[in-house]
Amino acid sequence: MYRYDEFDHAFVRQRVAQFRDQVARRMSGELSEDEFKPLRLMNGLYLQLHAYMLRVAIPYGVLSARQLRCLADISRRYDKGYGHITTRQNIQFNWIKLSDMADLLEILADVEMHAIQTSGNCIRNTTADHFAGAAADEIEDPRVWCEIIRQWSTLHPEFSFLPRKFKIAVSGATEDRAALRVHDIGLQLRHNEAGETGFEVMVGGGQGRTPMIAKTIREFLPKAELLSYLESILRIYNQQGRRDNMYKARIKILVHELGAENLAELVEAEWQQVRESAIDLPEAEVARIERYFAPPPFEVSADADLDAARCGDSEFDMWLERNVNAHKQLGYAIATISLKPAGKPPGDITAEQMEVVADLAERFSYDELRATHQQNLVLPHVRKSDLFEVWQTLKAHGLASANRGLINDIIACPGMDFCSLATARSLPVAKEISTRFADIAYQQDIGDLRLNISGCINACGHHHVGHIGILGLDKRGEESYQITLGGRSDKNAAIGEIVGPAFSADKIVDAVETVMLTYLDQRQSGEAFIDAYARMGREPFKERLYANN
Amino acid sequence: MKLEIISANRLSDGRVVYLTRDGDWSESIIDARSARSTEESAALLAEAERAVDDGIVVSPYLVSMADDGGAFTPLRFRERIRLFGPGTHRSATSKLSPQTGR
Repeated sequence: MYRYDEFDHAFVRQRVAQFRDQVARRMSGELSEDEFKPLRLMNGLYLQLHAYMLRVAIPYGVLSARQLRCLADISRRYDKGYGHITTRQNIQFNWIKLSDMADLLEILADVEMHAIQTSGNCIRNTTADHFAGAAADEIEDPRVWCEIIRQWSTLHPEFSFLPRKFKIAVSGATEDRAALRVHDIGLQLRHNEAGETGFEVMVGGGQGRTPMIAKTIREFLPKAELLSYLESILRIYNQQGRRDNMYKARIKILVHELGAENLAELVEAEWQQVRESAIDLPEAEVARIERYFAPPPFEVSADADLDAARCGDSEFDMWLERNVNAHKQLGYAIATISLKPAGKPPGDITAEQMEVVADLAERFSYDELRATHQQNLVLPHVRKSDLFEVWQTLKAHGLASANRGLINDIIACPGMDFCSLATARSLPVAKEISTRFADIAYQQDIGDLRLNISGCINACGHHHVGHIGILGLDKRGEESYQITLGGRSDKNAAIGEIVGPAFSADKIVDAVETVMLTYLDQRQSGEAFIDAYARMGREPFKERLYANN
Repeated sequence: MKLEIISANRLSDGRVVYLTRDGDWSESIIDARSARSTEESAALLAEAERAVDDGIVVSPYLVSMADDGGAFTPLRFRERIRLFGPGTHRSATSKLSPQTGR
């Protein structure tokens, strides 16, 4: 993984010192809240319902054991002993004191972490395929380019005050695990006809109150010219994106209003102006960054067959089935650590669990970890022969739920339990659904399913692209929940359709089960929920959901 | 009848606090001073704004309450969440204990 150079160290320390001074001036009254708010947001500190919330950046979801131990330490010393993995592959702490912030940032800096650009109208943490560098279906490791984007976009003077926040995702695999098409920019590494590697560039995807699927504006961009092309897109957006209405300020609205072809022409024209301007990195610098992401020293293992890892323990076999994915290296596998035990808030992890996972990463995964946008963790490089021991340890610490990609692998935002923007709670709904479907055999019978919950229209819980999406609303002072069906964030990305009127808080879990029963009754052999929905459409679900109204 | 109190977040740690009868700020709603007229509410808000200037709290505002036989209850759902904290069970009663304010 990338290690800070002297510049990185100096710049992060400088920011900590600046923020220490800013906090002191706020506490002394020298700065008003209006003056201070943009400064704290630039350092990832929000004021939420019950306390300050700190969002720490995990660049493209990559963590080391040392960093995770540090996060565990922070959660104990400055929070309530847990953290929450977010849909941007970051981690949030919900109970931070303003007076502790500078010391906390100092500790983060010790392990090459910070909270810069986890808020504000700037380029946010670039996300990536969480199996990057390990996936069997990978064309090329996207982390190299994520890191290049990180360095380019951090405190970029031109792009620190964009019309609105800006999110970029990169994937180097054939399967889209990074939700590229619901990002402001999605970058897909691919080969052209000559066999060269470059990027398909998609622009204008997003969720929120106006969900849109990104449009491809360039089928193939040579890798070496990524930064100049990104700079061109951002410049057009910065100049032409709307600043008069925050709800119409994202680039998706610009793409919609101009049309993708017109936007592509503007970007191309700008690019022709800047592509020779030395923004793009020299080959030697790209090669230097690539070296940080060189594969670990894999051992040639004899037990290359996953079946050989099975040991007759049915629970372990279920975990292998659901949570273990194919690795590009013979004899190795990718293990997903589900943070979705039944009845618990999705994405939460205790300090003790963080330390257990850090130990496992060190012992069994070359000191590498990933946070996923689906709010789980990943051990990317585990020898198949070590999987049983890894699983046993996970099981002993409540981390072995065999539910990756099943109904209980719920994405949920913090909702009104924490968030000052929310209109309803998400976490209690998630906990009740996961309790209702706790039987793993039931979950497996239902099969592949993505259920996403947002506590407001800002859609941080990605409800628009859930196969089943749930949106929490405030209806005359009471929580109510709208269901969407058919959303997806993969290569066939689609926005879910609203199935009908919202359900009250005490009816929403029953409604989800009704959707499930409708699917189970009418599915064809081997047909996943999302495929059944594509075949059946909304009506059979709607009929059954509202049969008594 | 109109019944309002003042809530805010404490500057130093962001915790939910209520303006008390003696002009201080408390984490317990039972200590909150109530206003029963527009004039009283305006006076409370003015006092709270002084606490903003003094760097004690952030963003104070009026919270509408229901008086249910001596047990105060915030009318808005959001305020009940702020009062009870996260993780409140969905079916939890929205009425507060007059003794504890929770």
